[in-house]
Amino acid sequence: MLDIQDVEVYYGAIQALYAINVSVQEGEIVTLIGANGAGKSTTLRTISGLVRPRRGRVRFMDKDISGLPPHEVVRLGISQSPEGRRVFSNLSVFENLEMGAYVRSDPEGMASDLEQVFGLFPRLRERAKQGAGTLSGGEQQMLAIGRALMSRPKLLLLDEPSLGLAPFLVREIFGIITDIRSKGTTVLLVEQNARQALSIADRGYVLETGQVLISDTAEELLASEMIQKAYLGE
Amino acid sequence: MLGSIYALIALGYTMVYGVLRLINFAHGDVYMVGAFIGLYAWRYLGLPSEEGQAQVVSTAGLLLMMLIAMVGAAALGVLIERVAYRPLRRAPRLTALITAIGVSMLLEYGGQLVFGTTKQDYPWLAGTVPSSIGSAAGGSSGISIDRVDVIILVIAVLLVVVLQIIVHGTRPGKAMRAVAFDREAASLMGINTDTIIALTFIVGSAFAGAAGVLVGVRNHYVEPLMGLTAGIKAFVAAVVGGIGSIPGAALGGLIMGLSEEAVRAFYPELADAVVFGVLILILVLRPCGLIGSQTAEKV
Ligand SMILES: Nc1ncnc2c1ncn2[C@@H]1O[C@H](COP(=O)(O)OP(=O)(O)OP(=O)(O)O)[C@@H](O)[C@H]1O
Ligand SMILES: [Mg+2]
Repeated sequence: MLDIQDVEVYYGAIQALYAINVSVQEGEIVTLIGANGAGKSTTLRTISGLVRPRRGRVRFMDKDISGLPPHEVVRLGISQSPEGRRVFSNLSVFENLEMGAYVRSDPEGMASDLEQVFGLFPRLRERAKQGAGTLSGGEQQMLAIGRALMSRPKLLLLDEPSLGLAPFLVREIFGIITDIRSKGTTVLLVEQNARQALSIADRGYVLETGQVLISDTAEELLASEMIQKAYLGE
Repeated sequence: MLGSIYALIALGYTMVYGVLRLINFAHGDVYMVGAFIGLYAWRYLGLPSEEGQAQVVSTAGLLLMMLIAMVGAAALGVLIERVAYRPLRRAPRLTALITAIGVSMLLEYGGQLVFGTTKQDYPWLAGTVPSSIGSAAGGSSGISIDRVDVIILVIAVLLVVVLQIIVHGTRPGKAMRAVAFDREAASLMGINTDTIIALTFIVGSAFAGAAGVLVGVRNHYVEPLMGLTAGIKAFVAAVVGGIGSIPGAALGGLIMGLSEEAVRAFYPELADAVVFGVLILILVLRPCGLIGSQTAEKV
């Protein structure tokens, strides 16, 4: 479904990604893990078109999408819940979800997806009219994920959805990610919380200083001694 | 009312600042061009005039002048955005600011080239003409002047209400607010941010065009440098209201105009000094403006 081929990304003179190869099959949860600054967010930003690769290609459903502007990438069926939530604090919760559905023009489908999002995150329904800026951090994270779901993406990119959340909320969020996949959305998940990410993922990629260090099934990665030492804190 | 004119211009400053964090110095000159477009439309298109009075435009004629000026000013605004600002989207903000000053000068001096350097007579609005036009040159008083102010105020209020409906009730309006808050996150929603920015220029410039025609029928003349002072005052009004805030710009414009008119009635030569003094005082007390948010400059 998604194929990142030899992608190199620079920020000015600084190289952030060195010939990265990542692929995601339809129906999978794939996770990218790695330390701060490894290039996880940059990988997602490249897929979404927020940064352009200097070399290499991003293919999605057999189409070269490298260099497409972000709003066109969304139309093809890839949406992202960015690092740091980035909800529109000056808009209400409901308006944020409306913005998530910006590319759509099917009112019935949108209404049913809104129900689905409210089903996943009942608290958003209660707070629908409230300003998004008044939500707690956990609620804002739910809104960011819900907003990304409103475009009914084929592929959902999640950048550190568990960041800064209380442990019980982290479990809740990971449970919801599993639900999202079981409803037919493919997920590419960036996480620092490597153990929990691997426990719900099918496959994982370990990034280090802009390169793919290892890629394997989630089970193998969880079992690997080297990974346990470096990323699972054992 | 002068205040409603300033309010209409201030809206454009505040909206463009909202989406681009750019002070569009050319905005006052778009207002000037709008005024001239209205004038030429009236001269050459034979818009409805009052029976037998060539220098008097009917209310319907005024609305048509405004409409044409709004379309023309919107086109100019979008052209400026496309040619001067969009190529600088990733450039440092100071670069765009200097470009804005350049565009402003281009319009001011280009305007003198095209429209001439002298004041040009603007038609009177039907029902606001004193018994003898000749004797009324320079501030005349009486009911006739009040009527033009009332009409200006009504039109301005209607436009602001329409704007509020657009911004809070329509998809592009909500997208505008989303882009103003976080352009990159907005693009991740599938919003074409360039289109929304262009739309912001369209709406803001159209309002300036309307203000240009209204000030023309109020003052009975227009000139190519009229955007300079009005632009600065409207910009200050936007800052006082809290730049980025639409109700703030409307409120700031009203305060600006009312205080200017009040002071001018007693100390004409001190008007601008007193007005700017009051505004500085407001900003000292409330640095983010009357309706500005503390976080407005976080980006
Ligand atoms: N806008 C930018 N300008 C310059 N360098 C950047 C920029 N964004 C990221 N970088 C650099 O690119 C590298 C990869 O950053 P990236 O944000 O992709 O890391 P990450 O794996 O997401 O880290 P984290 O876990 O902290 O979010 C880092 O060295 C970072 O300093
Ligand atoms: Mg990151």
